[in-house]
Amino acid sequence: MSIFINKKTRLIVQGITGKEGSFHARSCQEYGTQLVGGVTPKKGGEEILGVPVFNSVKEAINEVQADTSMIFVPARFAAGAIIEAAEAGIKLIVCITEGIPIYDMMNAKKAVQLNGARLIGPNCPGLITPNEAKVGIMPSNIHKKGNVGVISRSGTLTYEAVYQLTQLGIGQSTCIGIGGDPIIGTNFIDVLREFQMDSETKAICMIGEIGGSAEEEAAEYIKNNITKPVVSFIAGLSAPEGKRMGHAGAIIAGGKGTASSKMEALTSCNVTVCRNPANLGITIKNIIDKM
Amino acid sequence: MKIHEYQAKELFKQYGIKVPNSKLCERREDIETILKTMKMPCVIKAQVHSGARGKAGGVKLAANYEEAVKVADSILGMELKSKQAGLKKVNKILIEEGIDIEKELYLSLTFDRANESIAMIVSTQGGMDIEEVAKNSPEKIYTQQIGNDFNPIKIIEKMGFNEDISEKIANIVKKLYKLTIEKDALLVEINPLVITKQNEVIAIDAKINFDDNALFRHEEILLLKDESEENPLELQAQKEGLNYIKLDGTIGCMVNGAGLAMATMDVIRIAGKEAANFLDVGGGAGSEKIEKAFRLLISDKNIEAVFINIFGGILRCDFLAEGVKNAIQNLNINVAVIVRMEGTNKEIGAKILNDSGLKFTVVKDLNEAIEVIRKI
Repeated sequence: MSIFINKKTRLIVQGITGKEGSFHARSCQEYGTQLVGGVTPKKGGEEILGVPVFNSVKEAINEVQADTSMIFVPARFAAGAIIEAAEAGIKLIVCITEGIPIYDMMNAKKAVQLNGARLIGPNCPGLITPNEAKVGIMPSNIHKKGNVGVISRSGTLTYEAVYQLTQLGIGQSTCIGIGGDPIIGTNFIDVLREFQMDSETKAICMIGEIGGSAEEEAAEYIKNNITKPVVSFIAGLSAPEGKRMGHAGAIIAGGKGTASSKMEALTSCNVTVCRNPANLGITIKNIIDKM
Repeated sequence: MKIHEYQAKELFKQYGIKVPNSKLCERREDIETILKTMKMPCVIKAQVHSGARGKAGGVKLAANYEEAVKVADSILGMELKSKQAGLKKVNKILIEEGIDIEKELYLSLTFDRANESIAMIVSTQGGMDIEEVAKNSPEKIYTQQIGNDFNPIKIIEKMGFNEDISEKIANIVKKLYKLTIEKDALLVEINPLVITKQNEVIAIDAKINFDDNALFRHEEILLLKDESEENPLELQAQKEGLNYIKLDGTIGCMVNGAGLAMATMDVIRIAGKEAANFLDVGGGAGSEKIEKAFRLLISDKNIEAVFINIFGGILRCDFLAEGVKNAIQNLNINVAVIVRMEGTNKEIGAKILNDSGLKFTVVKDLNEAIEVIRKI
């Protein structure tokens, strides 16, 4: 088992004819993901990477039974693409696009909820179930099949954590980047719940960062619901207040959302907090070795 | 993006929200001419992007013309402490006619991250730091999420105003909401919103922050940007498409990805130093962009070493190495450069650096980086 994606996932890419869209669609396909088509308005009927391009998500569902969509549409159109996918009946929407206006996302998230879809992202690297499927932009070769579930608000920092694990011989069940924006479709708690239920996941690595209160809420949830060991790192201990650290969501405002308050919350809820990102892999290894 | 009070008030006027009569003054020689046309008493307000302007001496009341000239003269050109830009010269002042204040309120609409919606915050404790009020007398703050069936009057009536005043405040809330949505504002704040002795409701202050990601559809807002308010290095970075924030430490760092960049700053602190900056070169950077980023980084005179930490996924390590090599060759740099590269084409990247004849310290992982930085 694994969570959200596996060998049966039928993927389309919205924005597949763009430079980034086609590059990453190919990479997912090469990893073994069942890429069944793409969507680019007005380019329906063309073919790319050996799969058909459709004008709309609805068509892609009807013609090739897509159930998952990865979005590479430019920021100004991305919320519209999410809404289109949700309304057409896509079950899992993974939005890679960065820089979507907040109020656009407010509307898009409502549409996702209304249609019972799951959205991952936006502004995220996507997700991967090693040896089964990749719906994202992460470098494939650093992953290894195994039993650690990885959740993160970041992209490259997730790769760092995964790389450390793989170097130590520890594989992953599923790795998910949930995104660095203030409004995201799937939060830590949603993923923690899935990892708790997933028989293949034995331990969880959760990587957070400054801003908002998602880590504090996750801490509370872990205390009450998660029986598997959780190891966490929070980026931004050295970040000053009032400066936005790249991600739209990563800002300490009014003294709230600091790394230390998040670390404290997690520690008090039985999470092993790793203060040095260089030691994430070894910390998890030590816990697993004792299991 | 932030704008000045006088610009926010212009927007308020466009949306039919009452503000006091005022004039902007940018040159010393205009002070007297402008003041002659205005009713006394008046308030003179420094136009800088900073909270607590009053405390810093940037907002002063003048009872008559002579005093106003003196005050205006002292504020225009003064150095004011600003959170965004350190000590900041006041290049513009707003001269505003006085108002007969009966009561001061606080009113704002803001994007509420916890609830993923817009919230209205209103308080009878106007003119004060709202975070202080929230801490000391939370019962005096009313917060309401704005949904489809939102009616501000219900909350405002609870605050004990008569029907006429409640109606007027509710109208302002509706106009602010329209502004918030139409202009993609993440914060619209009036502190204080004033009830006058003549029973009018007037916005004496105005603050608006916009969603940077939505500026593509608001050219009119982009025009309001005051570049003198920004750190010059950050401004240059923006123009080159780099995500750079100047910090106070001595170790310059260059990273791809915001999360890893923050973690790298943390690693520098673990090594007993502080980062001189946050710099995320992004996913798709080529060697030219890397070179530009490197130039920017070392133009900060405080740095004693540079730590490059790249996890190449989309960003290729050979591009990185090429860019760094070119920058160093062209710039004659004499600070230590520590490189950690992982991911796509890292062997080619390492070869480029090794063959360059330049001095690099290549480290294999973050722990080794900590050891090297510690010894600087």
